[in-house]
Amino acid sequence: MAGDHLVDIRNLEFDYGTRKILTGIDMTMDRGQVVAIMGGSGCGKTTLLKLISGMLRPTAGEVLVNGEAVHRMDTAGLARHRRKLGVLFQFGALFTDLSVFDNVAFPLREHTDLPEELVRDLVLLKLHSVGLRGAHALMPHQLSGGMARRVALARSIALDPALVLFDEPFTGLDPISLTVTGNLIRRLTDTLGLTSVVVTHDVAESLKIVDKVFFIADGRIAASGTPDEVRSTTDPFVHQFIYGEEDGPMRFHFPGGSMPADFGLEGVRA
Amino acid sequence: MLKSLLGGFSTIGRHVIDGTWRLGYATRFFALLLLRSGLSFARFGLVVRKVYFSGVLSLIIILVSGLFVGMVLGLQGYETLVRYGSAEALGTLVALSLVRELGPVVAALLFASRAGSAITAEIGLMKATEQLSAMEVMAVDPIARVVGPHFWGAVISMPLLAALFSAVGVFGGWLIGVVLIGVDDGAFWSQMQAAVDFRHDILNGVIKSAVFGVAVAAIATFEGFDAPPTAEGVSGATTRTVVTSALAILALDFVLTAFMFTGQ
Amino acid sequence: MNRILMDLWVGIFVVAGIGAILVLALRVGNASATFDVADTYTVYGDFENIGGLKVRAPVKSAGVVVGRVANIQLNRQTYKARASLVIDKRYQFPADTSAAILTAGLLGEQYVGFDAGGDTESLKDGSVLQITQSAIVLERLISQFLFNKAAEGSADSKQPPETP
Repeated sequence: MAGDHLVDIRNLEFDYGTRKILTGIDMTMDRGQVVAIMGGSGCGKTTLLKLISGMLRPTAGEVLVNGEAVHRMDTAGLARHRRKLGVLFQFGALFTDLSVFDNVAFPLREHTDLPEELVRDLVLLKLHSVGLRGAHALMPHQLSGGMARRVALARSIALDPALVLFDEPFTGLDPISLTVTGNLIRRLTDTLGLTSVVVTHDVAESLKIVDKVFFIADGRIAASGTPDEVRSTTDPFVHQFIYGEEDGPMRFHFPGGSMPADFGLEGVRA
Repeated sequence: MLKSLLGGFSTIGRHVIDGTWRLGYATRFFALLLLRSGLSFARFGLVVRKVYFSGVLSLIIILVSGLFVGMVLGLQGYETLVRYGSAEALGTLVALSLVRELGPVVAALLFASRAGSAITAEIGLMKATEQLSAMEVMAVDPIARVVGPHFWGAVISMPLLAALFSAVGVFGGWLIGVVLIGVDDGAFWSQMQAAVDFRHDILNGVIKSAVFGVAVAAIATFEGFDAPPTAEGVSGATTRTVVTSALAILALDFVLTAFMFTGQ
Repeated sequence: MNRILMDLWVGIFVVAGIGAILVLALRVGNASATFDVADTYTVYGDFENIGGLKVRAPVKSAGVVVGRVANIQLNRQTYKARASLVIDKRYQFPADTSAAILTAGLLGEQYVGFDAGGDTESLKDGSVLQITQSAIVLERLISQFLFNKAAEGSADSKQPPETP
């Protein structure tokens, strides 16, 4: 039953104290898929990634990765889980005091006893797959945003993970880097047999590369489906999000008191 | 009236609760840091890099300050001593002030502002740019891999810097007293050597600086690790490191001095 | 930063730091003159008044430092001060050596001075010095001087009325 579902999330709930972030989330992600999780800023997308990687624990519900319950793992179990997991952070999160080469070599050196020549070959191979073999001697501050993102991608696949999580991989990239990064995610997923989870609000780019989309609003799944399904949707929220309309179910104005009350005009009118 | 009074109480209460919580959190952090220090010693190269970061990079400011403090001590001490006709005691004055108090304390204050703030900024920045989170999801413990080496690097550097400060300071005092003013060279050194005891003065000074080193290192790493992951958060934490370290150094100095140099 | 260069700098730094501690110990301090615990013996001296003598004050014989005051306590029976003097084993003194509390210069530090006697026996660990001389307390000296002056003065002033 769990055969093809690499990630299986059941009835997930999460809150920071009294603030509810996620309620009643159910989602499955299959092997070899690129799955996008979309939603407005602050809707809990990143929280969802942290729940999958085990950095946060759910208030209720289950997170199963490869049939194992992430939310019940102890320290050693989490360490094992994370070795099979790649995470790409929003701006790459490269180690600023290490060169590009050492950044990609970092997980290999920390977790394996491979001889230095083998580490070198593996690192250059990973860098080659993101097209940056020539940049291995540079320091992170010498890289552009898009290049840093690709180096971080090479680092996150250094240990050949089964699952890679991307936190806003398209933020702050120029159109060319955007396309390059998007295609890279698709290509690596296909050639390395990964499963990729992409948290993003870049609709146009992600719809080009993903197999499945989840929309999250107000802490729940508002809609899901293949790119074609969501493009032709009649759901007003998804429609507003995909076509970037200013007003719709998501209001431009943050809910508050009525305008006359806030400006103290009520008495004047009366 | 009653409302503002109650408000005052609840402000005090909130500060006490926050402070206690933070103290507990800091203690837990420190315990974890010590528990996970194994890696720092298993891979000592990591610590060596941090000794460079906090020790070698602080050398210039420590040496220059030590020289000037010694020279000022020489000048001021001479002015005072010569009135009582005991200018030969200048060596004693310079050496005892430096070895017992000024060396450990001033070196630690400089160390807190040079290296302590840098440690906080580096760890805080690694947190703000998600480098620590990245490490965590790579199943590498940031406390063992980043914080531990920083801590031990600083703990190793501090006593060495304080000793260099004192040694250079004595040289500065000699430069002013003997070379410039013309106090007798032999009397300068022999009175100093007669008065400065190895165990009682020098060893206690080294112990002091080691204690200060642990305090500064613990404060700096904690503030960095605890910094809110924003630019303001990191800058605020850096300031707090310097202020808290300075207060801790002076308070500890009082306690240690009370233990070491009195009650005989 | 080049790794090898960094290691080199750290090496220089650590050696310089340890060197500084050694310089402080040997050049500034008196580590070279500190006695090892094994190479000393302890003798005791009872004094009427030790004045300003402090623990760790030197014990000198003919001006040479031969030991240190280790401990000072009040003897509850005799109400004398008992000073423990730790003496370097290299220096042996006759059993009838006398100890005096002296002052270096007019306002200097107080120390214990040994005056060797002529006994053929030597002082042993735990011996008690037989002849001691207390510290000169300046106030007493002055008051004694004034008292004598006053006595002379009153003797002088008493005489004139008697003669006429």
